[in-house]
Amino acid sequence: MVDRMGAWARRRVLAGMVGASAALATPAILRAAPSGTPVKVGGTLSLTGFLAQTAVIHKIASEIMVEEINGRNGFLGRPVEYVLLDDQSKPDVARSLYEKLITVDKVDLIQGPYATAPILAAMGVAQRYGKVMVQSSMGIPKLQTYDRAFPATPFGPEPDKTYPNVILDMMAAMPTPPKTMVVLTSKFPSAQFMAQGMRDQAEKRGVKVLLYLEYESGNRDFGAIAARVKEANPDFLWVGSLGLESNQVLESLRKLDYTPKNSFHLYPAPGPLALSPDGDKVLCSTFLEPDEPFMSRPGMKKLAAEFKEKATKANLPYSTIDAQACGMISEWQILEAAVNGANSLEDEKIAAWLKKNRVTTIYGSLRFDGPFNHGDAAQLVKQVQNKKWKVVWPTEFAAPGVKLIAS
Amino acid sequence: MPSATLLGQALISGVLAGGMYGLLALGLSLSWGLLRLVNLSHFALAFLAAYLTYELGTTYHVAPWWSAAMVVPAMFLVGLAQHWLFDKFKVNELASLLITFSFAVILEVAIQLYWTADYRRFETPYSTLSIKAGPFYIPVLELILCLVAGVLAWGTWQWLRKTYVGKALRASAEDADIAAAYGVDYKKLAYLLSGMCAAYAGVAGTFIALIATLAPAQIWTWLGVVFAVVIIGRLGNPLGALAAGMLVGASESIAMAILSPAWAPVVSFSMLIMILLWDPEWL
Repeated sequence: MVDRMGAWARRRVLAGMVGASAALATPAILRAAPSGTPVKVGGTLSLTGFLAQTAVIHKIASEIMVEEINGRNGFLGRPVEYVLLDDQSKPDVARSLYEKLITVDKVDLIQGPYATAPILAAMGVAQRYGKVMVQSSMGIPKLQTYDRAFPATPFGPEPDKTYPNVILDMMAAMPTPPKTMVVLTSKFPSAQFMAQGMRDQAEKRGVKVLLYLEYESGNRDFGAIAARVKEANPDFLWVGSLGLESNQVLESLRKLDYTPKNSFHLYPAPGPLALSPDGDKVLCSTFLEPDEPFMSRPGMKKLAAEFKEKATKANLPYSTIDAQACGMISEWQILEAAVNGANSLEDEKIAAWLKKNRVTTIYGSLRFDGPFNHGDAAQLVKQVQNKKWKVVWPTEFAAPGVKLIAS
Repeated sequence: MPSATLLGQALISGVLAGGMYGLLALGLSLSWGLLRLVNLSHFALAFLAAYLTYELGTTYHVAPWWSAAMVVPAMFLVGLAQHWLFDKFKVNELASLLITFSFAVILEVAIQLYWTADYRRFETPYSTLSIKAGPFYIPVLELILCLVAGVLAWGTWQWLRKTYVGKALRASAEDADIAAAYGVDYKKLAYLLSGMCAAYAGVAGTFIALIATLAPAQIWTWLGVVFAVVIIGRLGNPLGALAAGMLVGASESIAMAILSPAWAPVVSFSMLIMILLWDPEWL
């Protein structure tokens, strides 16, 4: 029985890969251009407000994917039209806009917004109208209780348990494995959720947590926090940061003439941290980077080049494709595969197809038949080396010649 | 129990962080106290100045002090223009809150359109320099910021107390009609003060560019705490604004060192409530 299931799963993976490869490999001239009434796909992003830095990345990724999909066959032979609205980084605005997208704009399909709180707000609306919602950035999978909500990013159902153990495995492989840790985290829900997991798993594996500190999201001054970290002097500093907070923590530590022996950062702004003088050798969560083995995935090179071009044109200082952009790319890949697979725009059929099939995405082959529609966890660790992010753990995902540099 | 070194370091960090609160509160306090205009766009003007300093520094390699020499007078002119609008449309205290909020939102969008929503960092060799004093470290830029804030607050206080213009402004704030009867041209003085407030936002912006990483939405980061500082320091009192800024900054920082960092915002607003309930004579 197990073998049969395994063989069936392999066949589905192969079928998905062959399908995706065929779609990407077919010369555009041999494909029929999509025609007819456009299929409207609606969604919101935080184009203004405190999440706007990330939303602009998602917007560019979406533009690329809509062009890609329309360059193939659109959705069922019809061109795709992306109806994008600005939720201003506010969950209540996201909720109202999804209501509008579904009832006023009459979109055929929806895409999820960015970040846990707007996603939760939008999910309630999606549930009321029975719409499938693919999202890429809900950091607390257990909150995704809606049957037709699907994750585009492989967090796995329990990232608060699985990912800390990836980090602890990496720590154990260091020449001098860290024995003490400080966990410092923003009270932003998804960061706090992971920080609590990190603290619990570290203690289970014998790493002493010297300090567990929470700060308010939007904290302005890290001077006193830095003084506490310096006094604790841990072997490993784990920071549940969002955006610029990592830079602020490291700068505050440097002002005290203190450099952490090893430091990990959960959701920092990748560009500013990589380019910062304090960023050298810091570690961070990721799912992929524009490097081998990921560049060999179908379509990745083209997407990376397109992203660079569009991001540079949009005047973004850090124009390299990263896991954030790939989250949105994965969302569109899942929606495209599901619409084509179900041969329908009906949400019920699309959801049913996704639950039975794997989809080959930029993140690899994803499944949606686990708890909260999640599949396997695939979080990795990257490190700043020469001002660039390099995947360093697990080692099989590191590019040739790249190794983890520990203190 | 935290060590003496930790407490001392937290106190230094807090007082220096409070310097920024005080500097931002300075213009807001004067505008609110003497012009009866609650200028929420003060924060947006500070960030506009910060972005201009960033642009001049990164694109044209202009040193920050030369940038300040250009940006601060430019902000003074913006302040004059803003006051012309207030004057023309006879904006009162309550309406100023709404109008300047709208102005701040428009400025935020304009900043985002030009510089995008992405983070901008003006890296300078001295951005993380510190002086070592025994077991303590004193960040150089924050120290300079505090000194500048101190000079501006002291100078403004003296100007308001000792000069004819300052006295006339205070008199107008007390009773504009009586002051006018004594020959005070409140309108002209109001233009001057409005320009000064915007110029102070320009000074704060220059330091924000050097100390912080810029993003348009961060315009609102200091809003709550600076409002608390303005009230605690008493409206229209430049020295009070600076002292209150340092008091709030130090209290937040000590709370972070002794309790949990998450308690920091509770401290400033609890302090505000306590002082308002206590209503001391000096407030």
